Amino acid sequence: MSRDAGRLSLILLFTPFALWIALLIILPQLGIGYVSIREKVGINQYEYGFKNYVDFITEPVYRNTLLRTAWMSILVTALALIIGFPIAWYIAKIARERSRAALFLMCLIPLWVSDLVRAYGWIVLLRETGVISMTLVKWGIISQPIEMLYNDMTVIIGLVYTVILFMIVPLVSTLQGMDDALLEAGYNLGGSRVTVFRRIIVPYAMPGIVAGCIITFMLTAGSYLTPILLGGKNSSWFTEQIYNQFITRYNWESGSAFGVSLLVFTSFVVWAGLRLTGQSLATTVAKE
Amino acid sequence: MQGSRSLMTLYRAYVVVFFLYLVAPLVAAGVFAFNDSMFPSLPWNGFTWDWFFSPNEPKLGLFHDDRLLQGLGNSLYIGVIVAALSVAVGTCNAFLFVRKDFRFKSALYVLMVVPLVIPGVILGISILVLASTIAGLADQWFGVFLTSLRPGIPLVVMGQFSFLVTITSLVIIARLEKFDISLEEAALNLGASRPRTLLTVTLPFLFPAMFSAFVVAFLVSFENFNTTLFLVGSDSPLTITMYDRMVKAGSTPVLNATSVVLMLGSGLLALLSVFAQRPKKQA
Repeated sequence: MSRDAGRLSLILLFTPFALWIALLIILPQLGIGYVSIREKVGINQYEYGFKNYVDFITEPVYRNTLLRTAWMSILVTALALIIGFPIAWYIAKIARERSRAALFLMCLIPLWVSDLVRAYGWIVLLRETGVISMTLVKWGIISQPIEMLYNDMTVIIGLVYTVILFMIVPLVSTLQGMDDALLEAGYNLGGSRVTVFRRIIVPYAMPGIVAGCIITFMLTAGSYLTPILLGGKNSSWFTEQIYNQFITRYNWESGSAFGVSLLVFTSFVVWAGLRLTGQSLATTVAKE
Repeated sequence: MQGSRSLMTLYRAYVVVFFLYLVAPLVAAGVFAFNDSMFPSLPWNGFTWDWFFSPNEPKLGLFHDDRLLQGLGNSLYIGVIVAALSVAVGTCNAFLFVRKDFRFKSALYVLMVVPLVIPGVILGISILVLASTIAGLADQWFGVFLTSLRPGIPLVVMGQFSFLVTITSLVIIARLEKFDISLEEAALNLGASRPRTLLTVTLPFLFPAMFSAFVVAFLVSFENFNTTLFLVGSDSPLTITMYDRMVKAGSTPVLNATSVVLMLGSGLLALLSVFAQRPKKQA
């Protein structure tokens, strides 16, 4: 009887999981895959083929937007790692017990604030009539107000800002688990700082680094608000192309092809990252 | 070491600069809500509450701005529903993955995490496409018009739910893994039934995690933009209303006032969830 009860509860617990994954994750993905290989030839008449993808590859504007998004996302991920690592190290290893918790919480504050508010804050700071430009004019450092929005530099600053917390949090949690004796052993055995960093710290922190990089990269490549608001009309971000196809042009077929391309591309980068570092999705991202 | 000390100072300075970078845009967004000016920029014209409470144009305050309030209402409504649903399913998932053994468990666990690494935009369009296809077929074959599958609040709920379940599941799984199974055994030995054990022993233990999962899910739903953007109908939540305002109408400090309210609200919720997670002192 108890085996039956166990079986029943397994089925009861499995049902919501299966419904969720099947109806809201797998089926919709198959759906855009299906729509992306069809082409409208008349009312409710479709032909099937890879024309949408061919169009995507042969049209330089689309292709370049994806490449540009990819490069900028990789750049932002690298910057977030370089900027974030010392901060994570400070929080995990150098700060004293009490200030550690406070610093960690401070790191989390922007996490609780919507992207929109953060981007808006940057706009208030950086635009032509913004705080920084006006202050510089007032101090006589520049004679004319300057527009600091709508260029790549600003988009990168804003994106790093948006995602860096997702880099720092996993790094802090891995680094906190590291025994300081490892470092001392490294120094005692005659290792220089660089050697200790390269041979002990980096390998130890690898799960955190990989988790941080994956989340950061996904968030950047999939971001919409920051590039649009800080980069303006010319930001040419890939998610904007998807929006244009779907909502502005109502061309779902090619929009789906774009979506599938983005998904394939980001999945590939995540897979390659996991493969290169010998980690798995369950040991990195899921640990949060 | 002489060099090491100045290096340390430099390091500290770097940390300070970093935290300034973190708070700068938030402060900027917040401060100009109180500037008595038509634009959220310098010069400072003096302190005012107008952008919160002024009842008439041109300085229509947030608490009299019907469209923003409507958006706020929609966001709260969507957030509560989505958070409740995701906590319910997340709790089931936690019991499923912690307590049960079944075939392909580790593969299915990975599948559970996958929604976190699908870009929000893709989740949005894929759910839009599927829902519209089903609605279209229902219309074509049965002549049924399924309004709930057209862009609108139900779709937004589905879209946000699709990835929030992963977050709530992970939070609740982490807590359930720490549960000492002998507590349940003790209750059962003392004659409690299974449902009663669940209600009086296991769920109270899980409650802090369920609560903070609820708060996190609510906040993420409230702030979500990417997925929501593709699924909204005429009842847009606050983020979409604010975005439209920002892009089309140009921004007045009423947006700063909204930002202040959002920051205060999410700050309070964040504190609540931190305190709920903190272990209670044993009396």
